[in-house]
Amino acid sequence: MGLVIPDFGLLFWMVFVFIIVLVILKVFAWKPILNSLKEREDSIEDALLSAEKAREEMSKLKEDNDKILAEARQERNELLKEARDIKQKIIDEAKEKAVLEGNKMIEAAKLAIKNEKTAALDEMKQNIATISIDIAEKILKQQLKSSEQQKDLMEKYIKDIKLN
Amino acid sequence: MKIIKLHSLRKALIFTLFALLFILPNKLYSQHQGDNTQHETEKFQPGPFIFNHIADAYEWHIATFGNFHLSLPLPVIVYSKEKGLNFFMSSKFHHGHVEFKGFKIETNQESEYKGKIVEILADGSVVRPIDISITKNTFALFFSAFLLILIFVSVAKAYKKNKGKAPKGLQSFLEPLIMFVRDDIAKTSIQKNPERYMPFLLSIFFFILLNNLLGLVPFLPGGTNLTGNISITLVLAVFTFIITTFVANKNYWKHIINAPGVPWWLKFPIPLMPFVEILGMFTKPFVLMVRLFANITAGHIIALGFYSLIFIFGEKSIFAGYGISIITVLFTIFMMMLELLVAFIQAYVFTLLSALYFGMATEEHH
Repeated sequence: MGLVIPDFGLLFWMVFVFIIVLVILKVFAWKPILNSLKEREDSIEDALLSAEKAREEMSKLKEDNDKILAEARQERNELLKEARDIKQKIIDEAKEKAVLEGNKMIEAAKLAIKNEKTAALDEMKQNIATISIDIAEKILKQQLKSSEQQKDLMEKYIKDIKLN
Repeated sequence: MKIIKLHSLRKALIFTLFALLFILPNKLYSQHQGDNTQHETEKFQPGPFIFNHIADAYEWHIATFGNFHLSLPLPVIVYSKEKGLNFFMSSKFHHGHVEFKGFKIETNQESEYKGKIVEILADGSVVRPIDISITKNTFALFFSAFLLILIFVSVAKAYKKNKGKAPKGLQSFLEPLIMFVRDDIAKTSIQKNPERYMPFLLSIFFFILLNNLLGLVPFLPGGTNLTGNISITLVLAVFTFIITTFVANKNYWKHIINAPGVPWWLKFPIPLMPFVEILGMFTKPFVLMVRLFANITAGHIIALGFYSLIFIFGEKSIFAGYGISIITVLFTIFMMMLELLVAFIQAYVFTLLSALYFGMATEEHH
């Protein structure tokens, strides 16, 4: 039975010692320990949070960079395309112009040739006429050297006239 | 400088302990050898053997060699109306064989004061004086309190030194336990301001744990059955009870006096429910007290029972004693493991239930 009956002496010392232990530990151990635990936890949490934030910012930055890069690429492509188009256009225009100019020149040349030809033909006709007249003159002069011959020819013509 | 001081203090302390262990008892008891020759013929009695180990004592028995008892005498402090305050070492009783200054240790098996110091009156009858002697358990209590303060104040220093850094050494061993008490005991049980109860919960957790573990150490300064002593568990439970009662809010008292959701005829005209609830206020700490006491005492009894087997069989035949000692050692190792577990579980359960009671007392109505 002695086991389950509290002993006054031990009770007294236990109350005394336990209160002292409680107070000393509370002031010199639990308070600093719990405070520094909390501080450390807070700082770790803060660090984690800021790391997360930094990572988010990083990814946002990277996203922005990618976007800018993509935009730049797009712009470059557009510029290149535009340049190509302009080039093509210039070439086409030049070609067209050249063809047109050529045609015009050909036309002009043709006209000039025609004019020249006409002029030459005219000149030739005149020359031929002159030459023919000259020849005819010479022939006539030759044939009508004698009065007989002239007479014969006159007769012939008169004959012809008669007929007409 | 401080570290050196503490170091030398520790050294001095250890030296003193050893001095006490080896010099004092020898000096004090060497002249009383052969005092009790009748013991030799006595049969081994496991009952008294076990109960002597579990119960408190006025001296710290270390070993017995034949008739020579090696023990550490402890101070006796008794106060009686007639003789006033008396202070002397327990060695004056010569292990309870001699009277001193009109006091003696009651050896009568029938007496209710058996094993305790009694005052011998003029007519030969005995009364119990006010006895606040530093008994074996009190000494162990001082020792563990000192150890507890030493450990945790140094850990607190480590926290200041390694501010914001990872824990080191003893600090890293105790930190998970502290975190466990804070996060898994206090925060899960107490909704409102769990930090307020942390100093008490941590103190009882480590007090119980340390003393449970010290109780498993079979030699000085361990081996006492401190947390298996009803006085110790009573004080711990009373602290829990006082805190629960003081922090209790309106809701808690309302539940006790006029529990909602209970038929009216259970409260009026015979206040059955309030009676049960008020009884419950006291049974909770009572159960705390008994649980810790019974668990730790049972562990000690079982271990000592196994040891007793050696001597019981050894009396029949020395070889049987040796033979059974193998089994005893195996069983004791197993029990030790189990007791290690129990040491943690009981510290946990006591703290958890205290926290739950605080939580219940401060719970808001919902």
